[in-house]
Amino acid sequence: MTVESTAARKTTRRSSGAKRTASASAGAKKSQTSEPELVQLLTPEGERVQHPEYDIDLSADELRGLYRDMVLTRRFDAEATSLQRQGELGLWASLLGQEAAQIGSARALRDDDYVFPTYREHGVAWCRGVDPANLLGMFRGVNHGGWDPNSNNFHLYTIVIGSQTLHATGYAMGVAKDGADSAVIAYFGDGASSQGDVAESFTFSAVYNAPVVFFCQNNQWAISEPTEKQTRVPLYQRAQGFGFPGVRVDGNDVLACLAVTRSALERARRGEGPTLVEAFTYRMGAHTTSDDPTKYRADEEREAWEAKDPILRLKAYLEREGNADAAFFEELEAESEALGKRVREAVRSMPDPDHMAIFENVYADGHALVDEERAQFAAYQASFAEEGN
Amino acid sequence: MAVQKLPLAKALNESLRKALETDPKVLIMGEDVGKLGGVFRVTDGLQKDFGEDRVIDTPLAESGIVGTAIGLALRGYRPVVEIQFDGFVFPAYDQIVTQLAKMHARALGKIKLPVVIRIPYGGGIGAVEHHSESPEALFAHVAGLKVVSPSNSSDAYWMLQQAIQSDDPVIFFEPKRRYWDKGEVDTEAIPGELHKARVAREGSDLTLAAYGPMVKVCLEAAAAAQEEGKSVEVLDLRSMSPIDFDAIQTSVEKTRRLVVVHEAPVFYGSGAEIAARITERCFYHLEAPVLRVGGYHAPYPPARLEEEYLPGLDRVLDAVDRSLAY
Repeated sequence: MTVESTAARKTTRRSSGAKRTASASAGAKKSQTSEPELVQLLTPEGERVQHPEYDIDLSADELRGLYRDMVLTRRFDAEATSLQRQGELGLWASLLGQEAAQIGSARALRDDDYVFPTYREHGVAWCRGVDPANLLGMFRGVNHGGWDPNSNNFHLYTIVIGSQTLHATGYAMGVAKDGADSAVIAYFGDGASSQGDVAESFTFSAVYNAPVVFFCQNNQWAISEPTEKQTRVPLYQRAQGFGFPGVRVDGNDVLACLAVTRSALERARRGEGPTLVEAFTYRMGAHTTSDDPTKYRADEEREAWEAKDPILRLKAYLEREGNADAAFFEELEAESEALGKRVREAVRSMPDPDHMAIFENVYADGHALVDEERAQFAAYQASFAEEGN
Repeated sequence: MAVQKLPLAKALNESLRKALETDPKVLIMGEDVGKLGGVFRVTDGLQKDFGEDRVIDTPLAESGIVGTAIGLALRGYRPVVEIQFDGFVFPAYDQIVTQLAKMHARALGKIKLPVVIRIPYGGGIGAVEHHSESPEALFAHVAGLKVVSPSNSSDAYWMLQQAIQSDDPVIFFEPKRRYWDKGEVDTEAIPGELHKARVAREGSDLTLAAYGPMVKVCLEAAAAAQEEGKSVEVLDLRSMSPIDFDAIQTSVEKTRRLVVVHEAPVFYGSGAEIAARITERCFYHLEAPVLRVGGYHAPYPPARLEEEYLPGLDRVLDAVDRSLAY
């Protein structure tokens, strides 16, 4: 059975993970009554459940690895939030609550796959081997990205909403032209699903059968706008109209995210084109450190989602199965603290860029005006040094 | 035979053919560029000879065309995309300005974006709305983009290949009303640099600076002025970003008078930039303020009014007279 047919079949039962905020719109209510079931392999209580299409068999070591990824990512994220509060970062976009969606999907990737993230994919970056400190440069204001995307096949964070889905699609078209069997994954959010670029990327990827997986983290909120303000149908169903399958997965279930993404990537590798994965999850924190979610959402909502915490869920499973002992958790705790310390020190010792960096890398082949203004600026800067003498 | 007489559109076609032959990473993308060969036939026959994988008919979605071209460039391809008409580029403007222009800097130079965006631009062909605009200043204003426009067949042939070879994104404005003008193309010549201006006609009393479709008008104006005993130099700027200010300065130091001519609205246009910089550079050489001739601060008018809107021979000569009267 295909992903598409499964997704279409699951239109009646509302799952435990599908709580939505109320909307006055009759149309929105109607869509909620037909809320689809999520693909789930691990319940919020940490019980392993079976799914007819998405199965996964992981060793205890691999399970502990996923747990470690999630814990360290959350620790890194918390450290960055603190650093912003301490004035070390100008802004931070927390991924709190989305660890399973990111780690599960990213651990499905091969090294030769290529990732196009938005600006909140810290867990994906972690899995790609990008130094976490590198992610902080743009939030500290020393650069607008700063890493080499080709070092880890992890593109720069993209701030304009949805733009990167087209870059991913074009890249995937190139992969297909090259005859390679790698795949591409584009991350975006529920708000981005309203952007024309996302719709155009669906069109292009379908028309050219591009090996790309669209991984939408539906965290329920686009700053203060709930998903109901973006769509009248469940997001994964958008795919059907473009001619490729869509599937909704429990975004707080790292095993399900891994299994569903792996399946979609394999489909892309087989030359069967794109898939839309909607990871149904929740942004537990603010949109960014500039945001105040208390103005637009109720505490009860967050509390309900805390009961579905992706990390606690896997921890319960590890303990239930006897796959991790106290020593593991203690060592991980120590590793977390060491990571936090390393990140803190890395940020605080991050040098401001040289003044002349304004004029660097504007053009690959140079530009007469940039050269002229660089020389003027250098002379102006030098004039202060002369005055000082 | 290396020298041929070709219409400008055919010179572009030959240039694209050469680029496709030379570099297997070059791709052509756009609406109707395949079987039809483009609405102006600039890509005529290329899909037949290079296949649908190299000459790609795209969905009707400009942001998608440019956005996927960026992705292809990141994969190592050199896409040359066609925007069907000037006024249709705006759905892609976000991708061009926020992504294409800035990605090289964002990556601290670690990645390159060799994307060429071809845009047939300008008026004079009696078209409907959104088919006659000159938005070059909107692109030249954006750091990270290069903006060029050929005025003749030889430049069309060479500048397009140079744009494709550039590791920077290049917005390539094609003067659509000159597509059918024939000119000599020497396919074995050594071309000038992409961003250098060219003296199209020597003169000593005044400099007319123009690019793209207005070069021909300025050459005609210079010929008419000659009959009145005025020696007018015509500069074909060829590049709007960067602008070859050295060439303009050299000319103005000789003639001491400058009139800039373009189809785009004068307000905030490239003429304003040229006037300001040349005033700085040549303050003590100028015998008259730098004058500008161009479009008005109004939407491009319906076709029956475009002759009034576009700078023609009389408006250029009027500006020449005003400058010489100082």
